[in-house]
Amino acid sequence: MTLLAQTDLRLDTTFVDYVFVAFYFLLVLGIGVMARRSISSSLDFLLSGRALPAWVTGIAFISANLGAIELIGMTANGAQYGVPTVHYYWIGAIPAMVFLGIVMMPFYYGSKARSVPEFLRKRFNTTTQRVNALTFALASVLIAGVNLFALGLVMEALLGWSLQVAIPIAALVVLSYTFLGGLSAAIYNEVLQFFVILALLIPLTVAGLARVGGWAGLQEKITAVGGAEQLSSWPGTSLTEIANPFLSVLGIVFGLGFVLSFGYWTTNFAEVQRALSAKSMSAARRTPIIGAFPKALIPIVIVIPGMVAGVLVPQLTTLKTGGQSDVTYNNALSLLMGEVLPNGVLGVALAGLLAAFMAGMAANVSSLNTVFTYDIWQDWIRPGRDDRYYLQVGRAVTVIGCLLAIGTAFLAGSYQNLMDYIQALFSFFNAPLFAIFILGLFWKRMTGHAGWTGLISGTIAAVTVDVLVRSGVLALSSQAGSFVGASAAFVVGIVVAVIVSMVTAPKPDAELVGLVWALTSKEDRSHSTTGEDAGWYRSPALLGGLVLLLTVGLYLVVP
Amino acid sequence: MSEQPEEVSSSAAALFDLRTVIALLFGVYGIVLTLLGLFDNDPRQLEKSAGIDMNLWTGIGMLVIAVVFLAWVRLRPPATS
Repeated sequence: MTLLAQTDLRLDTTFVDYVFVAFYFLLVLGIGVMARRSISSSLDFLLSGRALPAWVTGIAFISANLGAIELIGMTANGAQYGVPTVHYYWIGAIPAMVFLGIVMMPFYYGSKARSVPEFLRKRFNTTTQRVNALTFALASVLIAGVNLFALGLVMEALLGWSLQVAIPIAALVVLSYTFLGGLSAAIYNEVLQFFVILALLIPLTVAGLARVGGWAGLQEKITAVGGAEQLSSWPGTSLTEIANPFLSVLGIVFGLGFVLSFGYWTTNFAEVQRALSAKSMSAARRTPIIGAFPKALIPIVIVIPGMVAGVLVPQLTTLKTGGQSDVTYNNALSLLMGEVLPNGVLGVALAGLLAAFMAGMAANVSSLNTVFTYDIWQDWIRPGRDDRYYLQVGRAVTVIGCLLAIGTAFLAGSYQNLMDYIQALFSFFNAPLFAIFILGLFWKRMTGHAGWTGLISGTIAAVTVDVLVRSGVLALSSQAGSFVGASAAFVVGIVVAVIVSMVTAPKPDAELVGLVWALTSKEDRSHSTTGEDAGWYRSPALLGGLVLLLTVGLYLVVP
Repeated sequence: MSEQPEEVSSSAAALFDLRTVIALLFGVYGIVLTLLGLFDNDPRQLEKSAGIDMNLWTGIGMLVIAVVFLAWVRLRPPATS
């Protein structure tokens, strides 16, 4: 099948579709204005006054991750690889989220640290805090730029706006509500975004399945164009690009399931911040676990539409059967929207897509705020001012962060593949952080200097691997490259931290209570079970067990 | 479910209630979509989803969600300071 005419990516939108989009923007800005009334201190602005209920923080936890890159990237993977894409959700997220809630949250929330870098100062020293704060600020601005650029691309493709117009407008909307309402507005909007994104994905799945004749029809068509391996999750050789099935499973379990996923979910402040803003230890522990339930179920409405797009949209089917086409898998989501959604629902879907872009960027900007204000400004450059001063700094950083993101958006545009860019950034910053975190949590002998040397050497290791892969010295695919890079960062970080710990003086035990597992009593690691935290259904361990069972059950459906 | 007095905490808890905002969004979306589904029966639009009236069903689904969130607000009213 060859394509004669240029594919028109513009959606066939009508007036009614724009009504849905406009109403959504109105509500988003309204939330910013209303949230402003509740802000009287920097803690209100930057951590929502630690007063949010667990269902709100739990949904925001997932929504901060359910950005546009995720939506577009995972439907693309669904179209290209089929069912094995679920590994990114199940083994690649659920165990780490449960681990964060059950094992690590007592230390994060219990230490009263306001950010991940502040926790590192308590456990290690100020150098470690500063190294992490600076790299995090840099990574946040870069990733916010990626989100903004991707949004600009979609607006250009779907609505015909130019990048130069679309990028600043999108940045202005995110800026206005995070400037007014701080983290509360960002989190409230993330919850709203979560529901609107579902209102995009569920009709898309239903209509898509109706078009291909249900699940059975989809299986039949996939087998015809892609092969049966796209209908089961293991061993996932096409996804990992590792030919040997045993090594492929190993790669998924250890590479994706351990190093990459634990590194991302347990130390990424854009995520952890949502839990730190919960109103109690119990709510903080439940935050990632409550988020794990939708995370386990969401692939049903992301991977299936991707697979439907692969067999229903002629241009994508051409790609799947090895032909040439003027579209890429990254167009799967918007092509399917245009193919199966009528005007009306299409407008809701468009609002959901725009919401997804803003969710990602708002998460980056609001976490950048907190880290810059507390860790770089208050603890380092200008200590000892009154709280009003830091609240103003927080607001100023919001503006500067958004302006910088416009700049990095155009920088991101110079990269060929956005997903590779993001993966590389994660391997640079998250894998070494996870290494020193986990070592510091379980080994009290680990010293302050071991913290920052481990971080820096791990980052250097990951950057080295990235350079070697890019220059072709290491013959690896970009996917395998980021896995090797993250593993190298993890191992080098641990080894350097152990060696440095051997030759430097450890902190006295008294300073490490509440920060190291062995020195923290069971009572201090527990949470209250009275009042709003009472009831068996609010037990983090029980909820964690349930979501793990659910995940195993889901795997059994698509073995 | 009985009504529970919620503890009055810091200013953020007294923020306008998020559940009401979600109900408002889905209420408005639901009404418009349901009306579209009922009165706009362009066969070319229906063909897109193999004959299922997506606007109507999505609209009804959203109205149900709006009612559920409103009911939740009624049963557990937001804390006021």
